Amino acid sequence: MKKFKETKSIAAYIDRKNIDTDAIIPKQYLKAVTREGFGETLFDDWRYLEPGNLGDDHSQRKKNPEFFLYDSKNTNAQILVAGDNFGCGSSREHAVWALMDYGFNVIISTSFADIFYNNCFKNGLLPIILDPADIKKIIKNIEKKNNVFIVNLEEQLIYCDDFKIKFKIDSRRKEVLIQGIDDISETLKLSDKIKDYENKKIIRTPWNSND
Amino acid sequence: MKKTLYDKLWDEHHIHTYDNGYSLIYIDKHLIHEVTSPQAFEGLKQAGRSIWSKKSIMAVPDHNVPTKMRENGIKDPISKIQVDALNKNCKSNDLLKFDLEDIRQGIVHVVGPEQGIILPGMTVVCGDSHTSTHGALASLAFGIGTSEVEHVLATQCLLQKKSLNMNIIVDGMMPDYFYSKDLALLIISKIGTAGGTGYAIEYTGSSISNLSMEARMTLCNMTIEAGATTGLVAVDDKTINYVENKPYAPKGKDFTEAKRYWKNLISDIDSVYDKTLNIDVDKSSPMITWGTSPEMAVGIDENLPDLNDEKFSSKRQDLKNAFSYMGLKEKQNVNSIKLDKIFIGSCTNSRIEDLRIVADIVKNKKVAKNIKSAIIVPGSGLVKEKAENEGLDKIFTKSGFEWRSPGCSMCLGMNDDKLNEFERCASTSNRNFEGRQGRLGRTHLVSPATAAAAAIHGHFVDVRDI
Ligand code: SF4
Repeated sequence: MKKFKETKSIAAYIDRKNIDTDAIIPKQYLKAVTREGFGETLFDDWRYLEPGNLGDDHSQRKKNPEFFLYDSKNTNAQILVAGDNFGCGSSREHAVWALMDYGFNVIISTSFADIFYNNCFKNGLLPIILDPADIKKIIKNIEKKNNVFIVNLEEQLIYCDDFKIKFKIDSRRKEVLIQGIDDISETLKLSDKIKDYENKKIIRTPWNSND
Repeated sequence: MKKTLYDKLWDEHHIHTYDNGYSLIYIDKHLIHEVTSPQAFEGLKQAGRSIWSKKSIMAVPDHNVPTKMRENGIKDPISKIQVDALNKNCKSNDLLKFDLEDIRQGIVHVVGPEQGIILPGMTVVCGDSHTSTHGALASLAFGIGTSEVEHVLATQCLLQKKSLNMNIIVDGMMPDYFYSKDLALLIISKIGTAGGTGYAIEYTGSSISNLSMEARMTLCNMTIEAGATTGLVAVDDKTINYVENKPYAPKGKDFTEAKRYWKNLISDIDSVYDKTLNIDVDKSSPMITWGTSPEMAVGIDENLPDLNDEKFSSKRQDLKNAFSYMGLKEKQNVNSIKLDKIFIGSCTNSRIEDLRIVADIVKNKKVAKNIKSAIIVPGSGLVKEKAENEGLDKIFTKSGFEWRSPGCSMCLGMNDDKLNEFERCASTSNRNFEGRQGRLGRTHLVSPATAAAAAIHGHFVDVRDI
């Protein structure tokens, strides 16, 4: 898994609440059997003026000039600031793959949907939860100056020229990102304990045993 | 200590606590479909790992399969690759799978309970957010992403932080034509699509006891639309009767023993919830979503919202966007919303009871001329068979509906069943997000009864009036 320590970048802001995973990556791209190449179709319905399909040459599709990521001030942004309840809806991890493949490393919102939030940490994407007042500060800064922000996970700080903001993150999730921990290897260290549990289970609830 | 149902399920499957507040939870059943699993199997292979417990897995293709002319196979070559990958992965690992040709094939969340593969007291996961459906059987069930699918394949466990407990107490007599789908939309319209985030929601109260198992599944299914990954209903006689004699359910002495265990799967009296919500359904009306989020819902006898209403002050822009996407006006009368398509199906509403309700309403009536297509997609091959044995298919086709083969179909439009640009659909599915049923398509979520009534009239009507 990709490690995350620090990102230094401008931030793009999208003024929408409840951005769902269908909007982040529409269904037709879920037919892929790999994890790569979803960046070109991130926010597909908002981004292109004509429909697209898996396998199309997306560079040939008509773009929506109004789309926020095509605004020159957002070019190369690696930080995305969005409205409440980001990533709601389907469990598709393709949403995280698409955001990362596009180039985002950090998503900032007041809240995230649970499954999406989980999926982020499996891939090295940092979702930051801030209270509305801090988000307002960031948005103001983006609108006025379009500063470069530094997001440092070790220190749990977002810096820009004007201010710095401390963010909370639980200690395990922080470790996972900083060290790029593979959860599966971690869990397999407890194999004996899992087997133990299974052995007891056969006796306690035999009808619910996979043995 | 007094425990809620969720606490009990959690404790029973708890294997290890890390010092950072995380726990390792054992997973009993893992449901798999073609869309969110290929990358997980690939990851497993690349890491040289094997499947921990093959018997915990049930696989079925559903998301991406054709619902008509199945005998010709899957036309779309890309969809075919995905379904073939599922076949290959299941075959090489010797996993239980219901093929497209198998009468047991259907939507993963319909098939699991129908087969008795999902039982009370289990932990259940699937790479699909509507896994919450299975909570109706008092199982701890939630959707996961593809990396977690891989994690469960490799370890039979998941790292989890315990959720908070929410109790939604529903009391009162469910009025005629007000179904558990309406109840779900009513709840979501009250607490919002993030209202349940971080919680496991248990539904209690007299109205819930009165619901059938299928109706409970509909309610638990929609729980994810309120932001909670898990919805639960405690075990009662209905639960046990439902499970009894299902193909994979325990039999004989095992069943008696299991039954004794299952009866304890209720929240202790005086157990403490972190949040409680009371809902009285006595005077509720059938619900319809008008916007692009399941919380944007009104009663069928109400008008669409007035943007000037103070209660929308913080959401005005979102509502405006929704009105514009949906091609509707504020304060518009619900009856004036004309439709192009009707979709009856999805893991929310595609079980036999749903189909009976529809048949009751459309019998000897015709689908309105302005409806371009009205499709009914049963949740599984067995639901289809049952409906045909009851003669429901004849009622549907005589009325002008198309009777299809089971799958997710227009719930997410990965196959050919979808909305074209600006088409408007009355749908019994669970999401009305922008583009969900097709690019620029417009979805209204309703119960099967309201969808059926709309099909006959060509626009929304109050099903109680017909
Ligand atoms: S019917 Fe819809 S919600 Fe249900 S499993 Fe299929 S795609 Fe998911």
